[in-house]
Amino acid sequence: MKNHRVPQEVNAGSMADIAFLLLIFFLVTTSIENDAGLNRLMPPENNDVIADIKERNLFDISINETDQIMANGEVIELSSLRKNIMAFIDNGGLLVQSEEYCDYCKGERLTDLSEHPTKAIVTIKALRNTSYPVYVSVQNEVMGAYNMLRNRESKRLFNTSFEAINTAYYKEEITEEQRGQLKKRLEIIRALYPQKIIELATINN
Amino acid sequence: MIKFNKASSTRSLPPISTASLPDIVFILLFFFMTVTVMKNQNLMVENTLPKATETEKLENQDRIIEIYVGKPVGNSETSLGNEPRIQMDNRLVTVDEVGDYALQALSSMPEHLRNVATVSIKADVGVKMGIIEDLKNKLRVVNLLKINYTTSEGDALDNLNTVN
Repeated sequence: MKNHRVPQEVNAGSMADIAFLLLIFFLVTTSIENDAGLNRLMPPENNDVIADIKERNLFDISINETDQIMANGEVIELSSLRKNIMAFIDNGGLLVQSEEYCDYCKGERLTDLSEHPTKAIVTIKALRNTSYPVYVSVQNEVMGAYNMLRNRESKRLFNTSFEAINTAYYKEEITEEQRGQLKKRLEIIRALYPQKIIELATINN
Repeated sequence: MIKFNKASSTRSLPPISTASLPDIVFILLFFFMTVTVMKNQNLMVENTLPKATETEKLENQDRIIEIYVGKPVGNSETSLGNEPRIQMDNRLVTVDEVGDYALQALSSMPEHLRNVATVSIKADVGVKMGIIEDLKNKLRVVNLLKINYTTSEGDALDNLNTVN
């Protein structure tokens, strides 16, 4: 009788407890990373380059201590900033007969806004007591304006959005050939609307 | 004995088997192991990131130098005051030390990553631009020019409400 008995099962009741302990350990020691942000490249420390820039090619954004935003001499709301920046970059104010005429711009071609997207420069200036979130919001709106223009050109030329090309480029599973093609496309669009953003040093006060 | 067992099993419900419970917990465990990363810093400052929409993902944690800026939290508040402080490498540092600590973090990176190193500025919403500007100047001195204003996903217009 005894020889025919099936061997006794190992008690697995404590297995759940062990797994729970491990699970709680990992919950405590790890965190879900969702790091994303606005990338910026600062100028090197000692650059005494003096460039002649026409005033119409500069778009000044200043933020004061009470977090009011001034763009090109007018106090405006954050919500209308993006529209203003887009109008400035996409103005294409040079005359049709001139050599550098911007044929892809859809702006109003005013005489007091930028001549060409490649010449347009956005400067952001803040005071020491300006709130950091407001500054980030302004940066976000500037990036947003550039991204919208780039998306528009990307849709016109390649029938996909700029973001789609950008995310596809950083995927690992694409072939070298595809990567080369995507890189070319990115470069074409970046050349049409280069990001020229200057963060001016704050003034002590 | 056998008779007794048979009789009881027909009357009351059999116990619920918990044999699959470890499997379920293990699945949860593996899920958390794959989607999370180890914390390498204990936050000593407040850290609610501002919101932004036009963000780019910071992938490859190996090339990132993190700097936290915010008011000190917890019981350290009494001794450290209310002014925003900078946390790097698991300790609070002064603005003047930022360059040294950044270079130290840079030198611990593999050599091929050093010229693509990005500084991730994780500043709290309650911070003013002054300390950020000082920080940026110190980073420029040590030639760390790629910075990232780390944010959380959300409408940038909400940032105005957090200030007021």
